[in-house]
Amino acid sequence: MRRLFAFIAGSLFGTGLLISGMTDTSKVQGWLDVFGQWDPTLAFVMGGAIIPMAIAWRLTIGRNPALGGLFPPRPEAKIGRNLVIGSTLFGMGWGLAGLCPGPSIASLSYGGIGGTVFLLAMFAGMWFAPILRNQLDNALPAT
Amino acid sequence: MQTEWIYGLIGGGIIGLAGAVYLLINGRIMGASGIIGGLIDGSAKGDQASERLFFLIGLFMVPAIIAIVFGAPETHLTSNLWAIVAAGLLVGVGTRFANGCTSGHGVCGISRLSLRGIVATVFYIMAGGLSVIVFKHTLGWI
Repeated sequence: MRRLFAFIAGSLFGTGLLISGMTDTSKVQGWLDVFGQWDPTLAFVMGGAIIPMAIAWRLTIGRNPALGGLFPPRPEAKIGRNLVIGSTLFGMGWGLAGLCPGPSIASLSYGGIGGTVFLLAMFAGMWFAPILRNQLDNALPAT
Repeated sequence: MQTEWIYGLIGGGIIGLAGAVYLLINGRIMGASGIIGGLIDGSAKGDQASERLFFLIGLFMVPAIIAIVFGAPETHLTSNLWAIVAAGLLVGVGTRFANGCTSGHGVCGISRLSLRGIVATVFYIMAGGLSVIVFKHTLGWI
């Protein structure tokens, strides 16, 4: 059952990304391009996604997940170095190619060779990240 | 132009619904980078790994079927492979450092008014905007 609903959630996610135009890198770069032809579509996608999600968070209060277990606890509201460094690096890559992790999988079947190359490079980055993070933590321990 | 906004809103609603299903039924946060990253670095094991794999199969397969039936949408990805490799590495390392991307920090984080999600989103949007200025308007790579 967990697998089935994970599959359903993934399917909906992919459908939404495709319909919203978020697998089109020019729409993402258009949103980030405030000094060019600015494209506000991404704001509509974010707004459209946040509304059902906010309702879902409301519904978690006083309940448990339908398939058992516990809802993920609220993380400590701590703004660490890794959050800032990571988000900045991610944003640079996001602007450079116009792809983020979700759409890179959703568009894999029609993204051509470039889409596959992006995904492989992203996998490599994800594999390398924990090593890099350990190096950074050893060199400059967080206070 | 305006039709694209409506498609954005509808598609966004479906993305939010996906997140709601994953949260309310499976009890998990729908963050693409976390789901993929946990499989790559081996931190997700056993049942958790297979649950994630099924999520990714749906995420890959359904757009593929839609693309076959209705025609593949254009991705307009740059043909500059070096830029693609650099972007992929940055996205991979960055999302794992930050513990989230557009779906985890953006959609799931902002909707529960998480400070971390909001701060992450501000930083990646600012860095993305700067990236477009540098790589597109200044260097002309993309």
